[in-house]
Amino acid sequence: MVTEQVKHTSNAARGVGKVTVMDGNKAAAYGALLSRVQVLAAYPITPQTPLVEYLSQFVADGALKADFVEVESEHSSLSVLHGASLAGARTFTATSGQGLALMYEPYNRTPTIRLPIVMGIATRDGISPQCVWGGHQDAINVRDAGWIQLFVEDNQEILDTVIMAYKIAEHPDVLLPVNVCYDGFYLSHMADRVEIPPQEIVDEFLPPYRPTHQILDPDNPMSIDPLTPNELFMEYRYKHLQALQRAKQVIADVDQEFASLFGRGYGGLIEKYRMDDAEIAIVGIGSPVGTARVAVDRARDEGKKIGLVKVRALRPFPREELVEALRNVRSVGVMDKNVCFGWGTGVLFMELRSAMLGVPKPPATVGFIDGLGGSDITMEHYARAIAIVDDSANGLAHQEITWLGLEEE
Amino acid sequence: MKEIRLHGRGGQGAVIASQILVNAFVIEGKYGNSMPFFGFERRGAPLSAFVRFDDRPIREKTQVYSPDCVIVVDPTLRSAVKVFDGLKGERIAVLNDRKAIDQIDLPESMPESVNKVGIVDATKIAIECIGVPITNTSMLGAFAATTGWVKLDSIVRSFELFLNPKLLEGNVKAARAAYEAVQVRELVTL
Amino acid sequence: MSIKFKVDYITPIGKDLYVVNTGDWRYQRPVTNRDKCRKCGACWLVCPTNSRHALATHYETNLDFCKGCGLCATECPARAIRMAEETRE
Repeated sequence: MVTEQVKHTSNAARGVGKVTVMDGNKAAAYGALLSRVQVLAAYPITPQTPLVEYLSQFVADGALKADFVEVESEHSSLSVLHGASLAGARTFTATSGQGLALMYEPYNRTPTIRLPIVMGIATRDGISPQCVWGGHQDAINVRDAGWIQLFVEDNQEILDTVIMAYKIAEHPDVLLPVNVCYDGFYLSHMADRVEIPPQEIVDEFLPPYRPTHQILDPDNPMSIDPLTPNELFMEYRYKHLQALQRAKQVIADVDQEFASLFGRGYGGLIEKYRMDDAEIAIVGIGSPVGTARVAVDRARDEGKKIGLVKVRALRPFPREELVEALRNVRSVGVMDKNVCFGWGTGVLFMELRSAMLGVPKPPATVGFIDGLGGSDITMEHYARAIAIVDDSANGLAHQEITWLGLEEE
Repeated sequence: MKEIRLHGRGGQGAVIASQILVNAFVIEGKYGNSMPFFGFERRGAPLSAFVRFDDRPIREKTQVYSPDCVIVVDPTLRSAVKVFDGLKGERIAVLNDRKAIDQIDLPESMPESVNKVGIVDATKIAIECIGVPITNTSMLGAFAATTGWVKLDSIVRSFELFLNPKLLEGNVKAARAAYEAVQVRELVTL
Repeated sequence: MSIKFKVDYITPIGKDLYVVNTGDWRYQRPVTNRDKCRKCGACWLVCPTNSRHALATHYETNLDFCKGCGLCATECPARAIRMAEETRE
């Protein structure tokens, strides 16, 4: 039944680890632990708070040999990591919503000064209306700050992706920070079966970080991020953008290498599920993709030729990969857990449409907005979405954007 | 796949119970996950938690609307929340109540929504074994006995991962006591 | 598109790139009256380019990097410093 599922397909036995149960925040903390991070600085904020507690516990118990710097704000936490990363340390932090907002200034500087910092975002919906619940708006709002942004579907993928994130971030072709975005509450507080990969195989996969592009060294003094005018500014921007594009190949390669060692791969930039003979498709991102798999299975059982494409990387955007994956479908439904102000759509919808520009005979695209502010993207909502995508494939009248759950009965 | 919904009040440990339950299924080689309903986290406020388990990985990331079993940790909840809503399949309810099973005032509609009831005075057991009326672990013992879906031993082994070591002994005792004490009755089905 | 890069770095770092000669900005220069100077060090504290230094008798200005801002003259409690026109001789 699971035709293109890439998980658990390899027979790499060496990388098989201990199976246990943990929530998403703990999975992220374990990812940092296994990556042997050296400096941590984080400030607690719902729904990321337990992650800070887990990391503190790891350090207090001596399981993680790292300096945990207790800071007074998110602005400070990322700034502390700037110094630590410039001194050559592997570093980790995480935040959510309001915390990310307070971090905005150092957040924008991190990729420009090319620091391979890995930061979890337990995604939380927009700051106002006042809300602590899930939604992708916080991470979405900073998608153009120049970080790599990977979205994950379940707790195992959180743990695995944190480890992969360091390999991607520290790759000489990339040298950029990575956000591992996992749904606040839906993953951060979901208890799930997770396999903890063996430390020695993680060490083999992820050697220590040795910066060569810059380092704070009294014997070779340099100042970081001085006033950088005009053409020089443009030159650094250009190099930054090129690195982000090069990251596409690295993300795909790292995923393959991870799969060969640990037996779990995630498809790199995107994952295709039951797409082989699909005539319509759902495109999704983050934890709602899990529910979408079941919805697609059910629609298949009813005879619909439907597939699913999961977007893992929002930045860099998998433009060519999506065009290729959706080449043979007649209509695509995009599930957004965010909004794109000014377009009246979701961001993934808008970007997929842009990717399709100039493609001969592109599929029809219809958009769905759901799951904002912690609302539940139910199986019924997916069934409704699939019905609308089907209508559009058959040339029937349909709305461009549907807010699932807000429709009148 | 089977779905379970736990009803409790903030502070009664229903969310921890849902995580313990997942771990018990995983110990037995199954897949499972649980998530709390994310509301306003207030002590005493009604809350629910959702558990799914299966022999294959659980993909759903959504609340449980049609459970195969409900576990009601607090006896006063039945008047405040529609705890039996959406029951499907074996339609099991595991209830905390001090009354004997033939004296309990189940709603008239029970046989339509519930197929099998397990009742235990979990509050009394919890006070005897732990010293506080925290009934989550007792209710897990009653759940294991009523449903037969998981071994009591797997549940008890999972306590270690989630409970303060000082509280382990009392909670193990409570779960075992409730496992023995629960009264189970199949209701008349239509 | 082929791009001609100015620098080999991928990060904005300052090494040999930016030696800003602030001495070039000076259109007035501090002149110290050594008899009035009480050697309190106030000028040394406030100088943004660290151009004041202590001699045995008084504080003097290193004109290589003095940008002529006049902070020292304003802050001197003994009024021992006056700003004179820079003639670049």
